[in-house]
Amino acid sequence: MKITEEMVDYISALARLKLPQAEKTRMTGELEQLLAYMDVLNGLNTEGVEPMSHVFPLKNVMRPDEVEPSGDRAELLANSPVTDEAAFLVPRTVE
Amino acid sequence: MELLEYTALELGGLIQKGEVTPTQAARAALDRVAAEQDRNNAFIICLDEEQVLAQANHVEKRLAAGERLSPLAGVPMALKDNICTKGVPTTCASRILGDFTPPYDATAAERLKAAGGVLLGKLNMDEFAMGSTSETSYYGPTRNPWDLDRVPGGSSGGSAAAVAAGECWYAVGSDTGGSIRQPASYCGVTGLKPTYGAVSRYGLVAYASSLDQMGPLARSAADCAAVLELMAGKDRRDGTSLDAGWDGLTAGLNGDLRGLRVGLPADCFGDGLDGEVRSAVLSAAEVLKDRGAVVETFSFPMMKYVVPAYYIIAAAEASSNLSRFDGVKYGWRAEGYEGLTDLYEATRTQGFGAEVKRRILLGTFVLSAGYYDAYYKKALQVKALIKGAYDRAFEYYDLLLTPVAPTTAPRLGDSLGDPLRMYLSDIYTVPLNLAGLPGLSMPCGFDRKGLPIGAQLIGPALGEAKVLGAAHAFQLDTDYHRQSPTGKEASVQ
Repeated sequence: MKITEEMVDYISALARLKLPQAEKTRMTGELEQLLAYMDVLNGLNTEGVEPMSHVFPLKNVMRPDEVEPSGDRAELLANSPVTDEAAFLVPRTVE
Repeated sequence: MELLEYTALELGGLIQKGEVTPTQAARAALDRVAAEQDRNNAFIICLDEEQVLAQANHVEKRLAAGERLSPLAGVPMALKDNICTKGVPTTCASRILGDFTPPYDATAAERLKAAGGVLLGKLNMDEFAMGSTSETSYYGPTRNPWDLDRVPGGSSGGSAAAVAAGECWYAVGSDTGGSIRQPASYCGVTGLKPTYGAVSRYGLVAYASSLDQMGPLARSAADCAAVLELMAGKDRRDGTSLDAGWDGLTAGLNGDLRGLRVGLPADCFGDGLDGEVRSAVLSAAEVLKDRGAVVETFSFPMMKYVVPAYYIIAAAEASSNLSRFDGVKYGWRAEGYEGLTDLYEATRTQGFGAEVKRRILLGTFVLSAGYYDAYYKKALQVKALIKGAYDRAFEYYDLLLTPVAPTTAPRLGDSLGDPLRMYLSDIYTVPLNLAGLPGLSMPCGFDRKGLPIGAQLIGPALGEAKVLGAAHAFQLDTDYHRQSPTGKEASVQ
């Protein structure tokens, strides 16, 4: 399949990436090469095969709800690049 | 014999008997790390002497007070830097995590600490565990202790290199497509990827959650058994962790292989496999035979589908898992952004390396509208067929034996230029992750360049005892696992 720079722009936007031109050109070629190789899977008949997301037959795991302390606010905020010591700070999103 | 030459269990035994103190062991390790780090860059974070000796002293006091702890109490170890450690930075070898310092321990780290493990530091790796060479680390590549111009493998390259160089007695790595086994093979150490769910993934930074599993790298199969016993088991913080018994794994190693049926998949010994690797792995089969195993070749025609199925699934899950890195809640944030979307894009574009971005984009593509069925759903169907092929193989065989990697360690810089070729080199290891099976890499020889070769033993789900039992029996009759690069240098001089 032909991968174009427009397609790479589209998936980059979905992935919240914005590649500089040189990186975009290189990535376009590499993705095309990788996806061409992935087409080998078409040689295998999978009609009627149930897609397997989890390898073991696990059911939902239930447990009683127990009240326990969550993480300490100051400790959690300490890892944030920008805070006001009460919240994570981001650029204004609502005018 | 020098302290550093013992296996973890041997050192643990000397500590139990009071012949060596945890402080002496920690000092020996600290000296070795200080001597090796500039050469091989196995660590991203080395704890300072005071931090390490305080832990050793604490274990010493607990032992003196009569606490039983574990057979590995007081034995210095290190963790791959994608395993969260409370109060010790965890970088995933990425710029985007900055100086992130987890406020909690991963379950595996917590259990090893409780068992008297002494943490030396955090080990280098490919960024977010994506790579086969440990060259994609933001903190510089790790070098192979057997030849510093070669890669240690990846992604747990620092873990394998540190054990090989005698810097720690065991390490814990993670394996999503071979990231414990392949570096163990390249560095001449023993590495075990347990059954999916054996070790809780709580606190392991996620790459591909349905494939990720933590496991030990050490000097012997017995050491791997001992470490697994300490880490494995149900954890309420990981719903996929399994409630199966791993106690007694080490005690069960008896060297008896009589009647064990071992299958060699012919499709793993064909084109693309280096001749020296092939003969070393086939010689390993002879050693198992001499101990009473029955070895047969059989056909396993799924091999050409395993790499594409793996990379589609792994990339898809990675694209989802790595969406949490956005420069807001933790880690590094780019400068000079305008608005929230720009903040995300600038942070992620500058914060992730090329290999990580390649996998995020590949994963986003295979999950996107119009391509989901052709790639992602197809890969999940192929996964079901691969799992089925293993199920049928294990109706006949107790274990399978294959190479770990098609070659010995490549030179630094030789792999990254051609991603497809690098992905193809994962062919023997990725199918186990797709099928959730345990696999162990054990040293089985050296090539003409003096580089270690590994053989892979594969067991059925929860077949750790069989895998470790066969590897232990092999190691009773061979001494490849006791060779060290330092010994090599000494014998050359």
